[in-house]
Amino acid sequence: MTIDLINFTPVQSFTGGVFIGIAALILMLANGRIMGASRIISGLISNDTKNGWIWRLLFILGTMAGPLILLLIINKEIDYVPVSKDLVFYLAALLVGFGSALGSGCTSGHGICGLALFSRRSFASVMIFVSTGILTVLVIKTMGGL
Amino acid sequence: MQLLFASISGLIFGFGLALAGMLNPSKVQGFLNLFGNWDPSLAFVMGGGVLINFIGYQMILKREKPIFDKKFFLPKVTKIDRNLVLGSAIFGIGWGLAGLCPGPVIANILIQPRDALLFLIIMAIGLWLGKNIRNRE
Repeated sequence: MTIDLINFTPVQSFTGGVFIGIAALILMLANGRIMGASRIISGLISNDTKNGWIWRLLFILGTMAGPLILLLIINKEIDYVPVSKDLVFYLAALLVGFGSALGSGCTSGHGICGLALFSRRSFASVMIFVSTGILTVLVIKTMGGL
Repeated sequence: MQLLFASISGLIFGFGLALAGMLNPSKVQGFLNLFGNWDPSLAFVMGGGVLINFIGYQMILKREKPIFDKKFFLPKVTKIDRNLVLGSAIFGIGWGLAGLCPGPVIANILIQPRDALLFLIIMAIGLWLGKNIRNRE
């Protein structure tokens, strides 16, 4: 293991994390809701959340607009370097959706909110998905990339 | 008011994700590349988010209810069951393969529309399948 000092952005990433945390606090204080992206999206495509439809849609529209503040007002580039394409990309999308629905959460719900609430389930979930994520990348790199 | 604050929360969430570098698949994979050239940045994202929430939730949850609703909607399940373990493991594999997860996919829609929308549509099918399997048990 070596540390990738070229791409390492501790201050900027920590600040971004603080903003993510503030977003979660607003949603809890105002609406009493956990800020979990997968649950908010799946709430839009199921019929058991009739009264929770509009706030979820508005949250998603807000999330879409958020990066524009960085891009247009603060004038900062948003890097995007893809790491997969075609079949692997589609498969990844399916696994991300399926896994977060079956596991009741993803990086935001379990990772940011659940850990702060000392949820045992979230702690287990984060340990597991970070581990399988690391293993997956290890396999990819060992094979020499995709 | 609920709708206004959901929008504001989403806006700040999207801004924070972009600032943190979470919109970049290569940066996410750099964090998961623990045994290679490791970029620890995402640990700082999680650290910042969890720290703020840990302090803030304690104060907020002392209240009887949120400002604009009748109660706090907190998960009641505490058991670490098979679905949680299996689902989290599968999610991690997908996360490692593409370097994308649900929040950043939404935040990327206006930035990288082609990739983000394609990912979102397939991810939504996955969400629907996963939810149905979870509900059946």
